[in-house]
Amino acid sequence: MTEDGAPGFCRDCTAPVLSPAGRCGDCGSPRLIFHREIHSLVIAHVDCDAFYASVEKRDDPSLRDRPVIVGGGQRGVVSAACYIARIKGVHSAMPMFQARKLCPDAVVISPNMKKYSEVGRQIRTLMQAVTPLVEPVSIDEAFLDLSGTERLHNASPAATLIKLVQRIEAECGVTASVGLSYNKSLAKLASDIDKPRGFAILGRDDGPTFLADLPVNRIWGVGKALHRKLLADGISTIGQLRTRDEATLVRRYGSIGRRLYNFSRGEDQRRVNPSTTPKNVSAETTFFQDIGDLEELKQRLWPLCERLSGRLKTKELAGQTLVLKLKSSKFRTTTRSQGLAWPTQLAETIYQFAVPLLANAVNDAPAGSRFRLIGIGVATLKPASEADPPDLADPDLSQRKRVENIIDDVRDRMGSNAIARGRGLALPAQRKSPRKGDHRH
Amino acid sequence: MKLTIERSTLLKALAHVQSVVERRNTIPILANVLLDASDGTLTLTATDMDLAITEKVAADVSQSGASTAPAHTFYEIVRKLPDGAQVEVETDAAAGQLLLRAGRSRFSLSTLPIEDFPVLSGGDLPVAFSLPADELRSVIDRTKFAISTEETRYYLNGIYLHAVEVDGEKFLRAVATDGHRLARVETALPKGAENMPGVIAPRKAITEVRKLIDETTSPIDIALSDTRIRLEFDGVVLTSKLIDGTFPDYERVIPTDNDKILVVDSNVFAAAVDRVSTISSEKSRSIKLAVNPGSLTLSATSAENGSATEELEVGYTDAELEIGFNSRYLLDITSQIEGDEAQFILADPASPTIVRDTGDDRALYVLMPMRV
Repeated sequence: MTEDGAPGFCRDCTAPVLSPAGRCGDCGSPRLIFHREIHSLVIAHVDCDAFYASVEKRDDPSLRDRPVIVGGGQRGVVSAACYIARIKGVHSAMPMFQARKLCPDAVVISPNMKKYSEVGRQIRTLMQAVTPLVEPVSIDEAFLDLSGTERLHNASPAATLIKLVQRIEAECGVTASVGLSYNKSLAKLASDIDKPRGFAILGRDDGPTFLADLPVNRIWGVGKALHRKLLADGISTIGQLRTRDEATLVRRYGSIGRRLYNFSRGEDQRRVNPSTTPKNVSAETTFFQDIGDLEELKQRLWPLCERLSGRLKTKELAGQTLVLKLKSSKFRTTTRSQGLAWPTQLAETIYQFAVPLLANAVNDAPAGSRFRLIGIGVATLKPASEADPPDLADPDLSQRKRVENIIDDVRDRMGSNAIARGRGLALPAQRKSPRKGDHRH
Repeated sequence: MKLTIERSTLLKALAHVQSVVERRNTIPILANVLLDASDGTLTLTATDMDLAITEKVAADVSQSGASTAPAHTFYEIVRKLPDGAQVEVETDAAAGQLLLRAGRSRFSLSTLPIEDFPVLSGGDLPVAFSLPADELRSVIDRTKFAISTEETRYYLNGIYLHAVEVDGEKFLRAVATDGHRLARVETALPKGAENMPGVIAPRKAITEVRKLIDETTSPIDIALSDTRIRLEFDGVVLTSKLIDGTFPDYERVIPTDNDKILVVDSNVFAAAVDRVSTISSEKSRSIKLAVNPGSLTLSATSAENGSATEELEVGYTDAELEIGFNSRYLLDITSQIEGDEAQFILADPASPTIVRDTGDDRALYVLMPMRV
């Protein structure tokens, strides 16, 4: 999207560059970026490149030129693949065995979430130094709204972002790519254009053109089911959506139709919202065969409590309301909730208070009921600093916290199957893609 | 059934038993009081199925019999009758009514069959002992405030009573905690209680007992098993189920290494806490104690209200320390201190603090600090 006469920067020293041909006059770098709207766009998506793998490479320089795959552990899928491994066709979410087949010489490392979230936090702090309007999307990516920061940093948003990724690279040892645009969905798409170490701009004039040929499932909110439906209706690209009017789309696809209509025209009114804290966190699982027996349901509940607890710990949250969910074989969903006296993130505590809820729900269900799904979640979320306060009525609390921390630690280092409580062992196979169905609303 | 009874006698007995009756009842008979008259005695009973109070009073019974009538209504009527009135109570079996007459007032109350009235059986109560009323009052007062209201941990919704031996001396010990504070009070083990099991007496029974024994000077006869407790005095019998649960091993949360000792005049301290906490936010009620050799500065700040400080002279010779507490919890404890001085035994701002009454070794309180 380079054009003659458009203003530009050097991506290494941020010096203004006039001619798109050649190199930076100040530092001689060939990494230049030009765009007519480079000074007026303020919404950015910053996304680290092959984040987990980059962190591992940073910490072990001998891995630098070798294909690195982070994954295995609980899911048996690739969590991240470095760019060398990607050349062989490895990508994240690919089953591990397939990845190994494609790239037999890859170094496979099991994920160390603690380390990654530490780096993620460092990166977030750097982002927040640039603008308070940082909306984290995941551990290694975020939206930034840089409007009004020109005078603060005495630089245009584009130049500020260049400095930001330079700092991330220098201080955290990982590279990141930037997408700069005028709204969130285009910024997100832009950050993917030039990866890794990329910087791509989608201006107001580029948006619709750029979108036209993209597959329709690149729109945020288009999942598998909707994608299938769109394909069946003869819509495979975003451009094709523009041939339908808004009313038709809403009628056919429900409220998401409005989003499809707007996005296909490069319009997205969502703000960068720095406090998109989730309202609840949950974990659920669907059984291979419906279960009616309380004891068996309790056994299925325990690993979910552990998973929920893990998610709360990663997100540094604690919940003060427990919500148990059961779906019967007749697809009737029952939920039971229980307020707790204090916010918790401990699996043991969640389990302890969830069991009576489960027993009541099963008890109250029509005789002979069987269930196809069980879920446990927490609402009324509080920061982790308020979780599980010292309790005079619970002399074993600190011991339980310690044991859970040790288990978490072992799992971080050696994978989730490395250690389990006796209660979890009664279940031989809990391997059915256990992450599936986890929610955050 | 037909009897005549002095209004004040009936009122007092009704007041005692009717307070067991819940205001909202899904089971109609539980809203009623059971009246049973024979041999110059009227026996009144009310129950909520977990707790029953029975009281026997003298009455001029001309015809033995029994009936049940709505407890709160009956009580309200008797309360509104003039002092000194003689109340005539008579059943009209044919109409299923209970007739009340006093002076020119006539009331007719609907009744429910006495067979429906649930009996809370005491069962076999193998342990029996007796406590002076003032002892029991004191034990209840110094522990009741710490009872938890948290439903999920029902085993904390009462006072844990058990026998202990400390340095060769035997005590009856009462413990209550809600997780934030803990009260542990003991009294000499009464004869007969040596083999008592550890039991958790529920909050409602404790509250009712405390009300009933407020004025008496008679000794309270207590009998109990693993599942029931019965207290008896002056013609009143209270029977309650016990909480079926395990009380936490509280000894393990009572710190033993705290080494910083702060001594305050408990009245001066309580008044200052009360003043400074006026500022504390309604939600946290937090107050900060900055302890220095010889002085204590209480302070509170809240975004809405402003700030407050007050300095007190205290006995303290250890290292400086800042620690926060819930002011309401501090006041709950200091109001139970009978001696002049309260002793705070501190460790650090994050660890439980012990509070003792310098005039009473038999009471110990533990308080969890708050972050301030």
